[in-house]
Amino acid sequence: MSSNLENKNIYRGYEAVIGIEVHVQLKTKSKIFSTDPTKFDAADNENTTPVSVGMPGTLPVLNKLAIEYSIKAGLALGCKIRNKSVFARKNYFYPDLPKGYQISQYDKPICEHGEVTIVVDKVPKKISITRAHMEEDAGKSTHFGDYTLVNYNRAGVPLLEIVSGPDMSSPQEAAEYGRTIRQIVLYLGVCDGNLEEGSLRCDCNVSVRKVGVKTLGTKVELKNLNSFRFIEKAVEYEIDRQIDEIEAGKKIIQETRLYDPDKNRTFAMRTKEDAQDYRYFPDPDLLPILINEEHVEEIRKKLPELPFAKATRFQSSLGLSEYDSAILTSEKELADYFEVVSELSGNAKLSANWITSDLIRELNSNKVEITNSPIKPEELAKLIKLIDSGSISGKIAKTVFTEMWSTQKTADLIIKEKSLSQVSDTSVIEKMIDDVLATNPSQVEEYRSGKTKVFGFFVGAAMKASKGQANPDLVNQILKKKLDQQ
Amino acid sequence: MIIDQKTIEHIAKLARLKVNAEDAVEYGEQLTKVLTHFQQISALDTTNIEPLVTPVDIEFFAREDNVKQENTTEEMLQNAPEKAGNLFKVPPVV
Amino acid sequence: MDLTQASFKQVSEAVKTKKISATEVTKFFLNRVEQLNPKLNAYIAMNEAALNEAAALDVKINKNENVGPLAGVAFGIKDLLCTKNLRTTAASKILHNFIPPYDSTVVARLKKSGAIILGKLNLDEFAMGSSNETSYFGKCYNPWNTAYVPGGSSGGSASAQASRMAMGTIGTDTGGSIRQPASFCGVVGIKPTYGRVSRYGIIAYASSLDQAGPIVSSVEDAALTLEVICGQDENDSTSSTKKVPEFSKNLSTNVKGMKIGLVKEYQKGELHPDITKTYNLAIEELKKAGAEIVEVSIPLTEFAVPMYYLIAASEASSNLARYDGVKYGHRAEFNDLASMSLEDFYSQTRGEGFGKEVKRRIMLGTYCLSSGYYDAYYNKACQVRRLLRQQYLDVFKNCDALLSPVTTSPAFKVGERSTDPLKMYLNDIFTTSTNLAGLPGMSVPFGFSSDGLPIGVQLTGAHFEEQKILNIAFALESISETKGRTPNVF
Ligand SMILES: [Mg+2]
Ligand SMILES: [Zn+2]
Repeated sequence: MSSNLENKNIYRGYEAVIGIEVHVQLKTKSKIFSTDPTKFDAADNENTTPVSVGMPGTLPVLNKLAIEYSIKAGLALGCKIRNKSVFARKNYFYPDLPKGYQISQYDKPICEHGEVTIVVDKVPKKISITRAHMEEDAGKSTHFGDYTLVNYNRAGVPLLEIVSGPDMSSPQEAAEYGRTIRQIVLYLGVCDGNLEEGSLRCDCNVSVRKVGVKTLGTKVELKNLNSFRFIEKAVEYEIDRQIDEIEAGKKIIQETRLYDPDKNRTFAMRTKEDAQDYRYFPDPDLLPILINEEHVEEIRKKLPELPFAKATRFQSSLGLSEYDSAILTSEKELADYFEVVSELSGNAKLSANWITSDLIRELNSNKVEITNSPIKPEELAKLIKLIDSGSISGKIAKTVFTEMWSTQKTADLIIKEKSLSQVSDTSVIEKMIDDVLATNPSQVEEYRSGKTKVFGFFVGAAMKASKGQANPDLVNQILKKKLDQQ
Repeated sequence: MIIDQKTIEHIAKLARLKVNAEDAVEYGEQLTKVLTHFQQISALDTTNIEPLVTPVDIEFFAREDNVKQENTTEEMLQNAPEKAGNLFKVPPVV
Repeated sequence: MDLTQASFKQVSEAVKTKKISATEVTKFFLNRVEQLNPKLNAYIAMNEAALNEAAALDVKINKNENVGPLAGVAFGIKDLLCTKNLRTTAASKILHNFIPPYDSTVVARLKKSGAIILGKLNLDEFAMGSSNETSYFGKCYNPWNTAYVPGGSSGGSASAQASRMAMGTIGTDTGGSIRQPASFCGVVGIKPTYGRVSRYGIIAYASSLDQAGPIVSSVEDAALTLEVICGQDENDSTSSTKKVPEFSKNLSTNVKGMKIGLVKEYQKGELHPDITKTYNLAIEELKKAGAEIVEVSIPLTEFAVPMYYLIAASEASSNLARYDGVKYGHRAEFNDLASMSLEDFYSQTRGEGFGKEVKRRIMLGTYCLSSGYYDAYYNKACQVRRLLRQQYLDVFKNCDALLSPVTTSPAFKVGERSTDPLKMYLNDIFTTSTNLAGLPGMSVPFGFSSDGLPIGVQLTGAHFEEQKILNIAFALESISETKGRTPNVF
């Protein structure tokens, strides 16, 4: 089993070592150190104040919610929360960096030593989280050949940079790690997870080494990966490229490479002659963040159940398949929906089936979020109960479901209006008749021995069992067929 | 302790300061002298002493997550040496 | 009413009771500036709106609206504090054209209390210096004798105050920049406890050391100004939540039973005889007034200057990185932006925008923070700083305040010093420890040199014990030979 897995992650006799830094934008209304808004669709430099533009004399004041969100995320990633963490200045010059330094955390990050479980091909794997630190985002430069224009709307947007250990060994694992982090921060409600808007940005550090070699190869940093698909493709390309280089007798250069999705390749960014010297030092404008144990515990108590734990529970105590569990826990809102349906209907498996197939299909094709589903979980639960009790067949239920989706009427109403339970459901009638026959063996004997007038008794019993709803013609037909069948 | 010209050049580059040759020599001599003198603190035993940044005990506070803007976008750009619309203009970066 | 001698209380009372209008007060001082400033160069920008603001205040008073405790008091502000719509430069070419769209908290609080801002006062570029000779807008001079420096970096503030081109001024003090010029110019200057006064809107030199405070004519005016400018500010994370006492109401000349320490290590250095004379006189007078004089020891005193410059320069190298020609201020002229490398763009802009001393300190600080040197310089200095602070905390367990000279000599002549940076730095021996330990410190005039230049003495208090040093200064002031004397050149 384990050797199988290893084999899968071996590339021409090499293995890959991948670590990922994820910059998660924290979903606050205002920036991390100033009161300007963080809204995405703002006009040029609209989201600015003297603080975020780095005007002379201005000072940072930390956003309380950014601390709360960071602690939340840290705890969800299994991290220890430092009771005293320190902001440091990372000094470098770049036009999108208004102060000539970025306020970040260096040797005393808010979160450390965590781990997160990813599942690739049904196999769970633990990925260590080295640290997660708070920092401010930089502005945005747009290049026009002859000049560059700078927009500080993003400058000062709160980020949590989550740094993994070098624990991933395949492009699939790298992409899955990214997905998992996104899923977790979405569950926590600390990030909107919007990749196109840059709310979640991943940098991958990739190196390769010959199988059996214990020391790490030279790592290359891949940037500009704004989808999990691109992570997978870029890492895949990069592993291949590095092996090619080594096989050709060349050395891997430690550098930053950008992924070009159109060409599906990575290319080196222009390298600087000097190694950067960021001259980190504690920011004297900010006091250390002090967090006491009780506060951490308070937040921990309020943490939602996380996707991996939820999926495990769905399998172990609700008996769902791994596949359904994974789908249902992919979004917290979907899992919540499922749990309401499951509890009210009393049939978890049937609930899971209906949600993962019919409901998700409708949601996707109509581009509707689960929270806006026209079929409320309470109503879906009622439908499932009807199926479960045999009142309607699965086939009829599909019709009812479609009707519920488009009209937002309740299942009961639709069934009543369309007389669905009466006419059509042969399987329900069959089941009822089977029951009637089974509970009245002597009458069956009588009929089959030739006393056919007992037929009327069966019709009455079946109609009674269906509370008068069954279609009498159908009852007659089916009853006759079953009794004559021997 | 000698701050040579190579070091001065390196420091000036890190600090993004154009320093002419004459000043570079002067800075080299002066910084050598100053740092040689200042090195006396290296004789002090500071084992296990946590560095001090803020010298007074001040209560940590953070602000609520509220939006407040007191200036217009135009005011934020009024001092820009060069701009294009409401964007700051700088030399080509790439 | 002689506005050059009247206290803040007297003037604001007169303005509130309409015995004199804020407009008249403002005009009076603008007039003095017009006459005297060409000789002293204390102001480097005037507030064109001053008279309008005074008139608006008068309207409020006529409508019997509430005005603050400094109603009509005319202030000059060190040009390190941002003033909304009024050019703020740090006396540097790199900010020569910067117009802030916001007020520093200190200025906002002064305005709210009814003070009228006359204009902006000269300083050493970015507050780095002790003679006001490095200003991009020219040197500033000592009104007692214009051949002498007014001190620095708040030279413009002390010069304007001594010559009564303002009723009050604001300075900033990173390593002595309020106390030393106050001493050189014969005025009262106080640097409050670190964290007492918001640093928001004050152009940063060294963030963990900078603190603003008044440079004024009397201890009472200083106390009143502190009441207005002190107190927590939501825009400065390092501002203290400590309650601000009613300093001016609590003023008392009674020092009986107070324990005043003399730092043993301060006796070692070479003191100018006139300084010794004034200092000894202060000791004698305090004894006479019933204070107990005790000798105390701060063994790390000799390391204060290295510590100070290593820390201040390191912080400055980062604080001054924002002056890059992108968002505001000076940008080097280029024929062709497109052919410019980003690095040359920065280096040229900053190379020509900063003066020599500023560049020297940026270089020093960059070096101290750079890879391989951080531990030996910046971090080491911060460690020793903790030890130094502890020595002060221990000393203040047994005494109420420390008395010392402010400087080793009275004001020096323009151009006399400043060639050898190390020598220049070492002059800050008596003032830098106060900032390193975050203590409140003040200078109160107490004598004259044989050349007729004023000399102050320094009082240092425990954290947040401004009241104690104000009271001792109040006692000294009441018997000082400098009392009521102003430079007679005008
Ligand atoms: Mg990073
Ligand atoms: Zn980062």
